[in-house]
Amino acid sequence: MLKPLVIAGRAIRSRLFLGTGKFSSSAVMARALEASGAEIVTVALRRVEFDNPQDDVIAHIDQRKYLLLPNTSGARDAEEAVRIAKLARAASGWNWLKLEVTPEPNYLLPDPVETLKAAEILIKEGFIVLPYINADPVLAKRLQEAGCAAVMPLGSPIGSGRGIKTADQIRIIIQQATVPVVVDAGLGLPSHLCQAFELGADAVLVNTAVAAAQDPVQMAGSFKLAVEASLAGLEAGPMSEGEAASASSPLTGFLR
Amino acid sequence: MSPFHDIIDSLDPVRIRTNTRNITAGQVKALLEAIRAGTVPNPEDISILVSPAAGELLEPMARLAKAVTLRRFGRTIQMYAPLYVSNHCSNSCVYCGFNVHNQIVRRTSSRGETLSEARLINNQHISQLLLVSGESPAEVSLDLLETTARDLKGMFPSLSIEVYPMDTSDYTRLYKAGIDGLAIYQETYDRDIYSAVHPAGPKRDYAYRLGAPERGAAAGFRQIGIGSLLGLNDWRVESYCLAHHAAYLMKHHWKSQVSISFPRLRPAAGGYSPEFPVSDRELVQMVCAFRLMLPDAGLVLSTREPAELRDNLIGLGITKMSAGSKTAPGGYLDRLGNNLDRLDNNLDEQGQPAEGQFNVCDDRTVEAVAESIRQKGYDTVWKDWDSGFEKQNENQRQNIKIKNGK
Repeated sequence: MLKPLVIAGRAIRSRLFLGTGKFSSSAVMARALEASGAEIVTVALRRVEFDNPQDDVIAHIDQRKYLLLPNTSGARDAEEAVRIAKLARAASGWNWLKLEVTPEPNYLLPDPVETLKAAEILIKEGFIVLPYINADPVLAKRLQEAGCAAVMPLGSPIGSGRGIKTADQIRIIIQQATVPVVVDAGLGLPSHLCQAFELGADAVLVNTAVAAAQDPVQMAGSFKLAVEASLAGLEAGPMSEGEAASASSPLTGFLR
Repeated sequence: MSPFHDIIDSLDPVRIRTNTRNITAGQVKALLEAIRAGTVPNPEDISILVSPAAGELLEPMARLAKAVTLRRFGRTIQMYAPLYVSNHCSNSCVYCGFNVHNQIVRRTSSRGETLSEARLINNQHISQLLLVSGESPAEVSLDLLETTARDLKGMFPSLSIEVYPMDTSDYTRLYKAGIDGLAIYQETYDRDIYSAVHPAGPKRDYAYRLGAPERGAAAGFRQIGIGSLLGLNDWRVESYCLAHHAAYLMKHHWKSQVSISFPRLRPAAGGYSPEFPVSDRELVQMVCAFRLMLPDAGLVLSTREPAELRDNLIGLGITKMSAGSKTAPGGYLDRLGNNLDRLDNNLDEQGQPAEGQFNVCDDRTVEAVAESIRQKGYDTVWKDWDSGFEKQNENQRQNIKIKNGK
């Protein structure tokens, strides 16, 4: 039996997290969210209209059903990330945070130095911090020591849909992890999700793969199925690789 | 002097033109195939993408550009509006309505007038504002721009400027006052044409203008917008230089996001007609070429272009559009009529409205443009950053509250 997913003491019913950017409308986003079965939903704070109580994206997320995981995307350094987080908490009470420090606006790769700095400050401030990181096992350890509730290594650059190009590093992160590992970014296909779970990931986060699909709602549903299939397969106890090809004349047959 | 200066000086327009003309369909197809497989082209490849041969393969190029845009930007278009503070100008750009020699009604908006206009724009949901002015530091001083930025930053989460080039220290003052983006177009990278179309005034200084985007990035601006004024020179040669400029900025100022604009010369006071007119088909090719060249760059299209063309370019590479624009100081007050300040604002003593920089071609309202975007299956992104997140603006947004959803 797989262990239930618990982050910061909260049991999370779905191992699929969904991002809310890039959709053709908030209505489509809301339907995709429903179809995905996700419980944790991330929202870019830079796009939230804090002055508008009817902010379109927020208004479409039923916070009794979903746990909002606001992110600090666009922050260029720790200071900006901390300020975004505090501003959002003051405005809304949100305490969970997907920490993103992405000074490079093109590939949106995370800055490890500033991410660690921001995590240390935010954890002291009482935030539940889930940092988006490159697949760097030592950084992942440092962030766990700092008190992060999970780590979110990337499979490949955000929005690339290239799948898990960092498998070897992610495997080490998972092997050494004391907190849940959520594979984030670069996942494009249902099979990429399966691969993440087969590596041992606790959860996955997708956004572009759903939002940029021809039918986002159907794609969200297919990801839900991929997660279910992966987890059911793991529970069923997969055969070990290579069994079918074992040598017919044992090399150690001489040992009587 | 900017190190990019040496690069631009080493480029030979004749060689670029010849190279571009000699590109074959086979080269274009091979590059498109490589891009499809995940290769990001290098700046030299722009010659292939803007070549006449690629023009013959515009449909496959457009399909690929659409896919690349969708992957990076999703189904969204950002929206902004310009606010012209003054049409006073000491330059004599032959193509521009604000040319110092043009006998037009000139005015600079007062602080109160700018605020009134800003409110009208903000009421239409616009959250990203571009402050524009002619080059007249006597009329529009750094102090005035700084004050204006401080006045407006609480109203607009993102403020950019499109004004005369400045030193890094001046840009730094504006950045600290709440400006987060800089748009400054070289107009043309060809020195000879540049001299010919800028016969007098401070804008004659090609090198100072060329270095402005770098100085802006050094000052901290998050967004740096560059572009060529289409119609002044062979667009293929301009594209080559522009692509190199963008690549240079992205490499050396990696924390600023580079965006590219495609301003095509429109009829303006002075009656200039472009020597190198760019057709719709060529404009579309250029947009697609830049999308494939710079998959992550913002590509901007203003209301200089007609509504139909703009609508058709949604999703094909363009990611940011202006709407409801007025290109004269006081223009919004004049248009929205019923404003009591009207007579004091846009009209001179004789009751004439101030002249716009160019004639707006897509004169639809902000809501009508947003509706077109929706019809295309895209969502309008009004806000993409909040200057309140930045250190210098820390105390700007203390009393905000957002309700939780349903």
